[in-house]
Amino acid sequence: MMKGQQGEIARRYKAHTGRKTTYILSGIFLLFVMMVFSISIGPVDIPPLDVIQTLAGQSVSTRMDSIIWNIRLPQVLTAIVAGAGLAISGVVMQSILRNPLGSPFTLGISNAAAFGAAFSVMVLGTGATHSSVGDAVVISNPYTTTIVAFVFALLVTVIILAFSRIRGVTPEIMILVGVAMGSLFSAGTMFLQYFADDVQLASMVFWTFGDVARASWQELGLITAIVLVSIIYFTLERWKYNAIDAGDETAKGLGVNVEKVRIRGMMCASLVTAIIVAFLGVIGFVGLICPHMARRIIGDDHRFLITGSLITGSLLLLCADTAARVMLEPYQLPVAVLTSFLGAPTFIYLILGGRRI
Amino acid sequence: MILEVDGVEFQYKSKEVLKDIKFELKRNEILSILGPNGVGKTTLLKCMNAILKPNKGAIMIEEENVLKLEQIEIARRLGYVPQRCEPARLTAFDAVLLGRMPHMKWNISPEDVMIVEETIKKLSLEDLALRYIDELSGGELQKVGIARAIAQNPKLLLLDEPTSSLDLKNQLEILETVREVVRNEDVSAIITMHDLNLAFRYSDKFLFLKHGTIFAAGSMGEITPQVIEEVYGVPVTIQNYQNVPVVIPV
Repeated sequence: MMKGQQGEIARRYKAHTGRKTTYILSGIFLLFVMMVFSISIGPVDIPPLDVIQTLAGQSVSTRMDSIIWNIRLPQVLTAIVAGAGLAISGVVMQSILRNPLGSPFTLGISNAAAFGAAFSVMVLGTGATHSSVGDAVVISNPYTTTIVAFVFALLVTVIILAFSRIRGVTPEIMILVGVAMGSLFSAGTMFLQYFADDVQLASMVFWTFGDVARASWQELGLITAIVLVSIIYFTLERWKYNAIDAGDETAKGLGVNVEKVRIRGMMCASLVTAIIVAFLGVIGFVGLICPHMARRIIGDDHRFLITGSLITGSLLLLCADTAARVMLEPYQLPVAVLTSFLGAPTFIYLILGGRRI
Repeated sequence: MILEVDGVEFQYKSKEVLKDIKFELKRNEILSILGPNGVGKTTLLKCMNAILKPNKGAIMIEEENVLKLEQIEIARRLGYVPQRCEPARLTAFDAVLLGRMPHMKWNISPEDVMIVEETIKKLSLEDLALRYIDELSGGELQKVGIARAIAQNPKLLLLDEPTSSLDLKNQLEILETVREVVRNEDVSAIITMHDLNLAFRYSDKFLFLKHGTIFAAGSMGEITPQVIEEVYGVPVTIQNYQNVPVVIPV
């Protein structure tokens, strides 16, 4: 080996990982720009500079303060946090289930939450239709509905884990049980809906339309806390997910307790999804699509992919929510309607994009 | 002795797969595990690093019983290369870097990067280093898997049929690489194999399994055509061609 050659590969490798860091930093910058833009547009247009000034703590006018701090900022932050939470749950599920279609939704968690909400509306009589039209956003969260939805979402996780304990912690078992639970709970929801009266039916259906405008500051705080904890946990486990990507046996040979990583990752991802779905309703496809978008740019290395996915998730949900707010003014669409529309074509594009998913 | 295996038994759902396995291996030696399909070669290999837990017996590596160690401690002593490595959107460098996991704390150190670079050079994988492993050929992917195990800095390498899906050139290259590493580093290797001729060419010791136990073991001198006929049920003759023993079915 020639002198001076030392470290050449390592140097090239550092340049390679450096590019990934650049992508992530650009993503964060883009997210900030989008955040300001999103706050600035709406029924009342606020100049972006005023937005930045207000966010920095300098009041421009009381009216602006009120619009930004009470209405737009909570919604924008909810979109960012929920998008991040759904995307990291998706990316971790895809790794531990060794399945590109892995996401907490594949495992019936949203179906169970929807059933829980329907059950609460009908049996516990907690129905209350929200109105989120125009400027007068009324966020009247029926807490019981949220709690029941959350409990059912976690119940599915417990059932999947119980089956895995009996039959072995393999991706196949987890996915099969999850899919079975999903269809069981959709059947349950249909049953309840059939016997529901008009008002109840409206509440049930309305609940399933995921909408980031539902969360108040307190709820946003709770969701953020759980998303943050899961980001930290998943980041600590990043090497293990890389090892599992290389195959269960390789991972075991590297000293990874694959079953434990799988169960804990599953619990954490489910918890994040459950809390988001319970507060905001069902927001489809973000958890599935965003990790794949991030993979295309960043690759499968979880050291970068976890951060990359969460930024992609935040960006996507924020853009979708902004579009949903303004495209049919004065009506505001719940963001879930748009993400589901976006989901299918994006996914097909990713498949046709030529890369193995 | 770097490795002493004594009285290893393994049952799968009360079915006895391996019994009374006992052998030893010296430093810088390669041992081939041979035998018909389904006899338990891979099972034995997986018992060696406790991916499967033997019901009985001891596996001593430098006086330490592997079966009593934590998984991470085992990974610091034994490098395992499964038959198939899953491709992912990782560079070969990333994949080899995974081999440093058992030695890592929170993140990679400059030393880890240095070891990976050395390993890549040792195996002449410089051209692959920054290519994504989901774009590599089967032979290249296998080499990356071996590089990962070597980066683990183990005392013993375990290779599960490393040549089974490779063409002739790659088969020779892989085994040549393993032999070089075993000769030059402080490491031994156990390889499961189907190809007797490759086994004879590249290993120092042989272990023939039949009905879940050792039928014959030793160096080339102790392997007779009768042993092979008993194990595989095929009559053979062993000829020497330029000092390389060649098995020919008759």
